[in-house]
Amino acid sequence: MAPDTDSVWRVLGTVPDPEIPVLSVLDLGIVRHVRWEASAAGRLELHVGITPTYSGCPATEVIRHDVCRALDAAGFADAVIDEVLAPAWSSDWLTEAGRNKLLAFGIAPPERAVSHPRHLLGAPAPVPCPRCGSHATQRVSEFGSTPCKAHYRCTACLEPFDYFKCF
Amino acid sequence: MNAPEAAPDEQVHAALFQYLLRLGDTSLVLGQRLGEWVGHAPALEEDLGLANLSLDLIGQARLFLTYAGEIEGKCRDEDALAFLRDAPDFANLTLAEQPNGDFGRTIVRQCLLDAWQLELYEALQASADARLASIAVKALKETRYHFHYSCGWLVRLGDGTSESHARVEQALEDLWRFTDELFAADEVDERLGRKGLAPGLADLQPRWSMRIDAVLGEAKLRRPAPSPYPWHGKRGVHTEHLGHMLSEMQHLQRTYPGARW
Repeated sequence: MAPDTDSVWRVLGTVPDPEIPVLSVLDLGIVRHVRWEASAAGRLELHVGITPTYSGCPATEVIRHDVCRALDAAGFADAVIDEVLAPAWSSDWLTEAGRNKLLAFGIAPPERAVSHPRHLLGAPAPVPCPRCGSHATQRVSEFGSTPCKAHYRCTACLEPFDYFKCF
Repeated sequence: MNAPEAAPDEQVHAALFQYLLRLGDTSLVLGQRLGEWVGHAPALEEDLGLANLSLDLIGQARLFLTYAGEIEGKCRDEDALAFLRDAPDFANLTLAEQPNGDFGRTIVRQCLLDAWQLELYEALQASADARLASIAVKALKETRYHFHYSCGWLVRLGDGTSESHARVEQALEDLWRFTDELFAADEVDERLGRKGLAPGLADLQPRWSMRIDAVLGEAKLRRPAPSPYPWHGKRGVHTEHLGHMLSEMQHLQRTYPGARW
């Protein structure tokens, strides 16, 4: 009988993103499946599907390693990590809890869904400052300290901040 | 793209390997070039921007080359393909290997290639090869950001000072002769096209031209005259620049084969 997957999901909820440690890999929406499958040798194997945020994100390999280690420590040895490419990750998959954690951490969460018409037309989103809430902010650069973030500044409280890109 | 036909035969298999190398090598070589800017870009924001583009491109290269290695079936992984092949075995577009020059020249090269990748990945989303299609979907999202970035700078430089205008104008003049190769299909492209695996390269040109003409217009730059000379980087015939770049890129793995850390 296949063991349950709930406890596996609970373990995954404790694995932080290495670059934004307030987020778990579940908050980030990169875990695509958890299931038990029979291996060629007939043994039950735990498969965890993970999708990269950006194809060159260096955190992907660290995450894979961290997930294996956490599962191992919880008694799920030899989990198989499946790399899932399709459908491609989207910032829409951030959970509501994840968005709140980002904001509390000082990173502005993505402003809207990628399917939003204004986003599709390439109009820049007004990004409120995660510290003072002012909408008087400017984009300094489309690229920030990690592939998933852009660099902004607030002209009201004068603080710089990161914006988690709508992608 | 034509409707998919029966299971790929051996020739299609070999063509797919070549095709994946071309896409992977173009991304890898361009990514490596952009990486040369790290620590040298004109401002910290651009240093980060170019590094981010480089990271995406190298990530895309890994996906293409890993797949190429599996298709080839000779136990060559992404690292073996990237670090242990000589210049004539590289199948990147000649434009991608051209030296960075100044920031303006890098931006011109980037813009021309971003627009090409944009059209290509857009079309490849419908490839009959599911894995190739899924890599294209992923890469397309990233390429949109790249194109937005390179266009933004091309307009600022072209429509900037007389100095910045003169520099990007010269770079455009020098690099334009490599753009014919972007749309020159050979038997590899045609074979995959017939199987619905890849788009016809010539079909990408009108939309590419439209995008490029739009940004050149905004940047107050004129489209250079077409060049009659064909380049064959994707067939392994490169300019002198690639070898020099590879000698740096491959130095560590060549000196200490199999080194890991």
